[in-house]
Amino acid sequence: MRGGDGMLRVEELRITQGDFALSAAFEVLRGRRVAVIGPSGAGKSTLLNALGGYIDIAAGRIEVDGQDVTNAPPDRRGIAMLFQDGNLFPHLTLAQNVGLGIRPALRLSEAETDRVMDALGRVGLRDFADRKPGDVSGGQQSRAALARVLVQAKPLLLLDEPFAALGPALRAEMLDLTSEVARDAGATVLMITHAPEDAERSADDLIFVDGGRAEAPRPVAEVMANPPEALRAYLGR
Amino acid sequence: MARRAQPVSPWVGIIAAGFIVAVVIAAFVGISQRIESTTGLRAAEWQAVRFTVWQAFLSALISMLLAVPVARALARRRVPGHTLLVTLLGAPFILPVIVAVLGLLAIFGRNGWLNTGLDLLGLPDVSIYGAHGVVLAHVFFNMPLATRLILQGWQSVPSEQFRMVGQLGLSPRMVFRIIEWPILRQVVPGAFALIFVICLTSFAVALTLGGGPRATTIELAIYQAFKFDFDLGRAAVLSLLQLAVAGAAAVLALWILPPIALQTGRDRVVRRWDVPSPWGDTFWITLAAGFLLLPLLSIALSGLVGLFYMPLSVLTATWTTIWVACVSTAVLLVLALPMAAWLAQAKWGGAEALTLLGLVASPLMIGTGWFILIYPYVSPTAFALPVTALINAMMALPFAVRILLPPMRQVFTDYGRLTMGVGLRGVMLWRIVLAPRLRPQIGFAAGLTAALSVGDLGVVALFADPDVATLPLQMYRLMGAYRTEAASGAALVLVTLAFGMFWICDAWGRRHVAS
Repeated sequence: MRGGDGMLRVEELRITQGDFALSAAFEVLRGRRVAVIGPSGAGKSTLLNALGGYIDIAAGRIEVDGQDVTNAPPDRRGIAMLFQDGNLFPHLTLAQNVGLGIRPALRLSEAETDRVMDALGRVGLRDFADRKPGDVSGGQQSRAALARVLVQAKPLLLLDEPFAALGPALRAEMLDLTSEVARDAGATVLMITHAPEDAERSADDLIFVDGGRAEAPRPVAEVMANPPEALRAYLGR
Repeated sequence: MARRAQPVSPWVGIIAAGFIVAVVIAAFVGISQRIESTTGLRAAEWQAVRFTVWQAFLSALISMLLAVPVARALARRRVPGHTLLVTLLGAPFILPVIVAVLGLLAIFGRNGWLNTGLDLLGLPDVSIYGAHGVVLAHVFFNMPLATRLILQGWQSVPSEQFRMVGQLGLSPRMVFRIIEWPILRQVVPGAFALIFVICLTSFAVALTLGGGPRATTIELAIYQAFKFDFDLGRAAVLSLLQLAVAGAAAVLALWILPPIALQTGRDRVVRRWDVPSPWGDTFWITLAAGFLLLPLLSIALSGLVGLFYMPLSVLTATWTTIWVACVSTAVLLVLALPMAAWLAQAKWGGAEALTLLGLVASPLMIGTGWFILIYPYVSPTAFALPVTALINAMMALPFAVRILLPPMRQVFTDYGRLTMGVGLRGVMLWRIVLAPRLRPQIGFAAGLTAALSVGDLGVVALFADPDVATLPLQMYRLMGAYRTEAASGAALVLVTLAFGMFWICDAWGRRHVAS
């Protein structure tokens, strides 16, 4: 039986890498958009990589959509993730890149190809399907990566600052698009951000990572209205 | 606890490495069967060990002494044909040894250009045969290799540093101390070690130019014990010596061997302000070009004439050589690709040492061991070509892995998480990601292997009966029968084949280079 309406449940998670250690225990509700914020080196990326199954964890349990995925490989955790870079293979066309999200093969059925084209259309790239990533702009690359996440149709989406290299206007646009896409798909989103305005714009809740610990999520407005000491120091307020 | 996720399962690579180790151990078992307590070491064996180490040391030393000024000249001065010359520096590495020997004979041999010149001046002849001939041939092969390695080092110096030198008006001596010496100190030990290890297992050069008690390498001694005396006990003892000598050297050299990059002759001359008069540089470049080009030129000239004297056996041998090279290349890729994938993800860097087994376990040592294992049951000649193909692949393995490893690491760094995230595994991962991204390096490694296999004169000489021959062996036989024209024709075919196969593979790799 699923515990309440929790989408992601992290139990007594502990990650150690050399001298660095991070612990976390929290739950994220279905459909929420959660910003992960904290100083550089606090372990935001490490946390997301651990949730995604890309790095070892020392202890703990991770549950996605009611399933224990602690030991599952990255593609079988119900999680899609966008990284800072390397979200597209440069030698494949945008359509092929998106297609990999449906099936890790290059030959797709007609129905699957239709899904790829729909996803590309959703992010405004239908006419760019046969281009390679090197031939389109940075913003269009981000859109293509988002289209791939869309066809992956996972209930949980992790964003490790995939839009960090974009300008402020484009970044805001991409965050809005991501929110829309996630809402349509009913997906829950965890996104790392450095900018509090991004959190206020695109997130419902906020996880603050600092001092070797990831706090449980609290509503953004509430936290921002009365930030705890460490967060205030980080925000410079 | 969750194991750290890896895009490629390491097991195929580990099995491939295990296969190599098994081949070497089997050879070792064969050898040890033949070693009896009475087979002591005689003076001749010690002589072979001494000569092997001494000639390798001398070859490496002279190669380096020549390579430093040549590389220095090429790095700071643009001469006509600069690009071509830098490209040609890569040629000896894939030039069949026996062809180079024929070319050197045409220049330095009894009736060669050098002695003809000396005769005209009324001076006494020089002979190429003997220890100095062996060293000469090794320098011919390895001086260009060393030059390229040093040139790479020199070109890695940022041009800002030379601009700074121009601004400060430093003397050439100061430039040497501040910029050039630190680079040399980095590059020279590695290049020296590489050449030393390569020369330790020298066989074909010693076979053709050496011989006799004063110029016999261990490899040649194995061959002689085998072919002339059929004394397997002695061949086994010598194989063990070879393993010990090359093994010790390779273990020492492992940590300083230079990486082998695809973009070796990047032809870039940095504008410099510290260059003294051009005559010294011109001298060195001319010397290197002459030393490199004259033997190649003579092969081309005499080969064109010799094409009309070739017996039919050359054609048969050509066909044999092509398919041995194809099998070698296929075996190499099957071994090297999974090994590189495994090593690229391995935390333990020392795993790379396994590939060096190919250099340590010399062809004739492995050949001897396998011969001893096989011959009680079946005629080893039936296995001459398969064994040759396998051993050729093993010899190319250290180079291939060193070519494939850096880009493989890069792919895993850049796209490892993406491949895992979308669940790309096994064959699909190779087809969709690794093969396209590594295509230039795969082509280069395959070409190198094919060319090395085409030119190899080693274990095949041990196993083959008179009816079977690869092209280098056939050429050696023609030379031994003093059919020089026919041998020259075969040499031209051989060199065309080696460079042709290299070019085909390399061009395949460069076509549609992944963006």
